[in-house]
Amino acid sequence: MSEALNVPTMADYLAKGETPEILFWVGCSGSFDDRAKKITKAIVRILNHVGIKFAILGMEESCTGDPAKRAGNEFLFQMQAMQNITVMNGYNIKKIVTGCPHCFNTIKNEYPELGGKYEIVHHTQLVQELIDQGKLKVNGGTFKGKKITFHDPCYLGRANEVYEAPREVIQKLDVELAEMKRSRAKGLCCGAGGAQMFKESEKGSKEVNNERAEEALSLNPDVIAVGCPFCNTMMTDGVKHFNKEDKVKVLDVAELIAQANDL
Amino acid sequence: MLQIIIFSILLVGGFGFFFYNVLKVRRNILLGKDFTPEGPLGPRVVTVLKVAFGQSKMVTRPLSAIMHIFVYVGFILINIEVLEMFADGITGRHRTFSSLSFYNFLIAFFEILALLVFIGVVVFWLRRNVAKVKRFMNKELDGFPRLDANAILIAEVLMMTALMLMNASDQVLQSRGLYKVAGSFPLSQFIAPLFNGLSNESLHIIEKSSWWFHIVGIFAFMNYLPYSKHFHILLAFPATFYSNFNAKGKFTNLDTVTDVVKPNFDSTYIPKEIDPNAPPIPFGVKDVFDLNWKQLLEAYTCTECGRCTSSCPQNMTGKLLSPRKIMMDTRDRLVEVGKNIDKNGGKFVDDGKTLLGTYITPEELWACNTCNACVQECPINLDPLAIIVDLRRFLVMEKSEAPPELNNMFSNIENNGAPWQFSPADRANWINE
Repeated sequence: MSEALNVPTMADYLAKGETPEILFWVGCSGSFDDRAKKITKAIVRILNHVGIKFAILGMEESCTGDPAKRAGNEFLFQMQAMQNITVMNGYNIKKIVTGCPHCFNTIKNEYPELGGKYEIVHHTQLVQELIDQGKLKVNGGTFKGKKITFHDPCYLGRANEVYEAPREVIQKLDVELAEMKRSRAKGLCCGAGGAQMFKESEKGSKEVNNERAEEALSLNPDVIAVGCPFCNTMMTDGVKHFNKEDKVKVLDVAELIAQANDL
Repeated sequence: MLQIIIFSILLVGGFGFFFYNVLKVRRNILLGKDFTPEGPLGPRVVTVLKVAFGQSKMVTRPLSAIMHIFVYVGFILINIEVLEMFADGITGRHRTFSSLSFYNFLIAFFEILALLVFIGVVVFWLRRNVAKVKRFMNKELDGFPRLDANAILIAEVLMMTALMLMNASDQVLQSRGLYKVAGSFPLSQFIAPLFNGLSNESLHIIEKSSWWFHIVGIFAFMNYLPYSKHFHILLAFPATFYSNFNAKGKFTNLDTVTDVVKPNFDSTYIPKEIDPNAPPIPFGVKDVFDLNWKQLLEAYTCTECGRCTSSCPQNMTGKLLSPRKIMMDTRDRLVEVGKNIDKNGGKFVDDGKTLLGTYITPEELWACNTCNACVQECPINLDPLAIIVDLRRFLVMEKSEAPPELNNMFSNIENNGAPWQFSPADRANWINE
């Protein structure tokens, strides 16, 4: 955790008359949620470390509209989408990376029909690509030999069939990757999606995040790895529910990479 | 001769009534809105072959997959024997196909298939009634749905038994020189000795009544299909043909909303012209008329296996939401609407009921995580999630009836560009924190 972060905005690049290679779409959670900000910084450290020319939109970024769309508010969704598309097309954006599977899904699948056509990758895909290209060298650091299980985010996994990138990145850390019975296409939701993050759950016998955390904890992992800021919140709460927060950490794949390699 | 006449009446009546009902189902399905399938023909056909014909999505649960294959393959192939029964029925002959060189093989093969069907059906019955597998115990199956499932299983046991009894009595009659020697009977040969002591007369009666039982059973089964979850044996093929080829995370775009929103951002965008005399199109779905015909076809196709519900995170944690119930409610409402139309001379008369509210409650809808587990699990690519989201759209955009916390979230996005109450000016504060 060394030097200060270098995070230019698209406006900065425009002022210099340059264009970055990639736009880092931070997302609301990554911008405002205290826990998720740490993930955002981990992603930035990786980007800074490999020296990619990237930029954020900063104050020009707005909610993609994902929670509005899932909750049925198509008006609000399209207002948000058009606002973001107008900004991004204005900057002639071609490629985007994001740390949030919900932003990823929305921009990838729902913006094109409204005029926003970009190549977008999830940060685990970018990290995998950087490792494969030899631009990012990683070792396991303090995670070497530890048992890690990966919780598939619904909007990365089932929704977009990205199952391998996060796993391949985790395995580069010389760890024991333990799979939950419900993983990949059969992965169980953390309970946040579909705008559930923003409301109390309906009457039932159990909270979904506790059901999922229980399954993850049954493997006795050292770390529950996630790839979504909302899953992170839900799994962290679930681990606390079972009083296991001292033994089991909930970390984003980007944080694993950044921490293991002192980025 | 009498046999030929009775059989012919059965044949014409059986197919006639079946097609009458199929046309009625077709009419009901076409009450839905237009739907244009995306993507080329090739991949659609491949999907039908793989998913419906090849049952590729069944294998995730091996025991039920294998038993289902037994019943499914048996059902299809034993129908070849039914062809012979039809031929016998029309001509009044006995074992019309017996001159075929591989007839012995055919009959032996059918007997083995019949045994496999028998095993499959018994296992299914045990899973429902003895092992009480959780997904067959949900409340939405109480009443007719559970009876429907068991009735079909019992009917299949009886049909396979009839087939065996027919072959067994046939053999004894063959050995007494009364019937032409034809067929090979690897299984019913063990039943035949039980019949040795019976008179020719009794054997005739057993043989003929088994034949009639089987053939009448076939017609009864066929005509029961449009009333039953078992309609999936036919509708699974068109349903998979119209499968969604997009990423599961892509929810449909509401063009009617785009026409309102997009001109504010893009002056070159020309909205579709609206006919001022046409009734306004609601945003979202309130009743079956607002769904598209593909969704209505799916409602008729669902066989209530409950794989969706058993993988639903909200259902497994005790919430009311059950994706299977969403499909069943949609079908039940559509059937009700169809009856209403029949009763009122071809025109639907408002009955004060709607899919949203009367059948599906907001509490169920608001529980959904939109996680796509139900869509992933469905062995024939049905999509309960699309219906859930369409119903949510109506609640939010037409009735402003979202839960209060979600209304807060909406106004935060509207005012601050984030689902929480943070100032947009603080969006990049994390850099220096």
